[in-house]
Amino acid sequence: VSDLAAGKDVLRDTNLSDAELSARLAKTWGTAKGIIGALSTVDHKIIGRRYIFTAVFFLFLGGLLAVAMRLQLARPESQLIGPDLYNQIFTMHGTTMMFLFGVPIGEAFAVYLVPLMVGTRNIAFPRLNAYSYYVYLFGGLMVWIAFMLNIGPDAGWFAYVPLSGPENAPGKRVDFWAQMITFTEVSGLAVAIQTIVTVFKQRAPGMTLDRIPLFVWAELINSFVIVFALPAVVTSSSMLIMDRLIGTHFFNPAEGGDALLYQHLFWFFGHPEVYIIFIPATGWVSSIVVAFSRRQAFGYLPLVLSMIAVGFLSFGLWVHHMFVTGLPQLGASFFTASSMLIAIPNGIQIFCWIATLWDGRPVFRTPLLFVVGFFFIFVLGGLSGIMLASVPLDTQVHDTYFVVAHFHYVLVGGNVFPLLGAVYYWFPKFTGRMMSERLGKWNFWLAFIGFNTAFFPMHITGLMGMPRRVYTYQQEMGWGTVNMISTLGAVVLFASFVIFLYNMVASARRGPLAGDNPWDAGTLEWATTSPPPPQNFNRIPFVTNREPLWAERETLPVVTGLEVDKRELVVTTVSEARADIRETSPEPSLWPFLAAITTTITFIASIFTPWAVVWGGILVAITLTGWFWPKSKEDEA
Amino acid sequence: MKHRPVQDISSRPDYAFGHRMTMWWGTLGFCAVEGAGFAMVIGTYLYLVFINSQWPLSAPPPDLLWSGLLTLALLLSVWPNHLAGKSAKEQDLPKVRLYLVIMCLIGVALLGIRYFEFYGLHTRWDQNAYGSVVWVLLGLHTLHILTDLGDTIVLTVLMFTRHGHGKRFSDVEDNAFYWNFVVITWLPIYALLYWVPRM
Repeated sequence: VSDLAAGKDVLRDTNLSDAELSARLAKTWGTAKGIIGALSTVDHKIIGRRYIFTAVFFLFLGGLLAVAMRLQLARPESQLIGPDLYNQIFTMHGTTMMFLFGVPIGEAFAVYLVPLMVGTRNIAFPRLNAYSYYVYLFGGLMVWIAFMLNIGPDAGWFAYVPLSGPENAPGKRVDFWAQMITFTEVSGLAVAIQTIVTVFKQRAPGMTLDRIPLFVWAELINSFVIVFALPAVVTSSSMLIMDRLIGTHFFNPAEGGDALLYQHLFWFFGHPEVYIIFIPATGWVSSIVVAFSRRQAFGYLPLVLSMIAVGFLSFGLWVHHMFVTGLPQLGASFFTASSMLIAIPNGIQIFCWIATLWDGRPVFRTPLLFVVGFFFIFVLGGLSGIMLASVPLDTQVHDTYFVVAHFHYVLVGGNVFPLLGAVYYWFPKFTGRMMSERLGKWNFWLAFIGFNTAFFPMHITGLMGMPRRVYTYQQEMGWGTVNMISTLGAVVLFASFVIFLYNMVASARRGPLAGDNPWDAGTLEWATTSPPPPQNFNRIPFVTNREPLWAERETLPVVTGLEVDKRELVVTTVSEARADIRETSPEPSLWPFLAAITTTITFIASIFTPWAVVWGGILVAITLTGWFWPKSKEDEA
Repeated sequence: MKHRPVQDISSRPDYAFGHRMTMWWGTLGFCAVEGAGFAMVIGTYLYLVFINSQWPLSAPPPDLLWSGLLTLALLLSVWPNHLAGKSAKEQDLPKVRLYLVIMCLIGVALLGIRYFEFYGLHTRWDQNAYGSVVWVLLGLHTLHILTDLGDTIVLTVLMFTRHGHGKRFSDVEDNAFYWNFVVITWLPIYALLYWVPRM
């Protein structure tokens, strides 16, 4: 209220011309030039872009490992890769895809798009956002550098005890894995909280709960799943590293511990994890389906309720990963039922999307092609999932390539295909240029054919009895031909990604200019320039419809009265999104980067000495204090 | 796209208290994350009770003296903490300073009591699974007292500088809100660590 008295001296967005307003806001919200500026930025678009780039980079690294494994398995008794390296490769492949790509990519899109789609100027807690990115990057680099130094984790992506425990996995390999979890979960939890608060409190005025874009709903629900699931894996990996480094006995049956306890904790996270990877993808699919159908989503309410149901149910399935551990039969039956139950909300979503397309006037551009590919592949993965939910069948094919086929259909179908569609869809917003449609079609068809050629035969390989995670097999097993087909498919899939990469690089340089809204889509990110200016919007939109840009074709209703020379954004009420507070958003700062450095030093050093937690904790506390201590002149009374 | 102003918000305040602020929701989010973490370790404790026929494993139940004292002190701290939050909301700087200093002293005292509490456990983290889970649970809660104390000290110093006005009052209120979380999470842990082994 203090500045109200001086209100007349304050420059507000009310009466400025568009050009002057835009230039002044860009100066207020901009990022300084140079390396210090780059490391200090708190702009959600810059950090979001880095997040997406890094996650896709890890996708490529993980993909290269997959190609290496396929080359090794192409023929029987191949000597290309030895057993020790193979163990590290499949562990790094799973670890990279799940923790360094799968979870971060959904959050990365949230960091970039959620503030734009809800019509605000920055994400909530932008410095925490910068910190979370650096922590994620350093954690990913740590485990990859360890791998390059031949100390990469080698006990599988879920690092089961006793294999990963102190007796069976001496050395530091598993410790790097466990600490990688700490890095990525700290960063993942931070982004989840930022996303929740951005959606709850920073929606543009008028964006009531039933006008929130489906993508934003997906990211919101996903964030809730993250908040309650990730602590479980932090717990399990911390207990694992303590068992290994300071002699605790959580998983040691000789001293009252239990190996299955690890599996319970891990899968209490691990099954929601699958949905943490899938739920953001449903948001991409909804955005693309609606934009290219040229009609509002069919069944908005059932779509939102289905996502919420999936979020809840995802916590009630974990034991189906443990059907062969000798659990009581009643428990197994319960988890069979709940595993089948989750097919219902997923099915509802798919029917709603199909109905939207059916009733709309679909335009089959590349993003929509990938969505159709997703329908096909994901539904197949869902069907084999229902098969695996049944205990007798699961017991038969557990730890075989049938399971490998199933989860690649679910995860690649459920995440990577929508992701490729999402990149084609939002690339114009990120860069201001369109991607090539011709290359996009090549990209899609090669990916679709390559994927199915690589993974469909694995159902058969699995039924023939080939176990997962073996570095080779004998000729007499008769698995050679199917494996060769899978490898050929993998090569085609690899080629599709080369085209994807080329298309991105070439289009970023020479693609046709996109304009603000190349797809004539309805949500708010398309109401601003491509790429958006530092302030996102010159004035904060006032939302009147679920697809605001379709409802307001001539002029955009906006609210005015924000200061121009200060980073101000509108905080609104949770359910009705009434304008409440003009809150100041933090300025750029180098401290989050420094805090991420001290955090990294602490986490890595604690692999070698437990005392690092103490002195490293002090370093982190110092950098955090520097971060929170107010510096701006305005703050001085 | 041309703009069409429909609402002027220049008269809205630039800070408020409680759930109207983003920081309150952020704090609540971290409470949820940490609460989930506590729930996991509590679940682990109960799981280990369930699979072991004898509990506690090769140790007498932990002492009631220091833990009881700590529980009492934690419960009593709710009152000055409430006053810190209340005076922050009233933007009464002298009172805010006073109660923040009191909360800092309480935090230090609690850590002192906690130090002796560890001695009363009669087990070590590397003795068996019981020792491990007891130490981790108590350590995790100690970490919460420690971080909140650090936070409170920084905030106290801040309120004695020229920065102690406006939005900082809202930060003090959020800090008080978080302390309640530290107190509330202790109660199930206390029951678990000290009374379940006596059942």
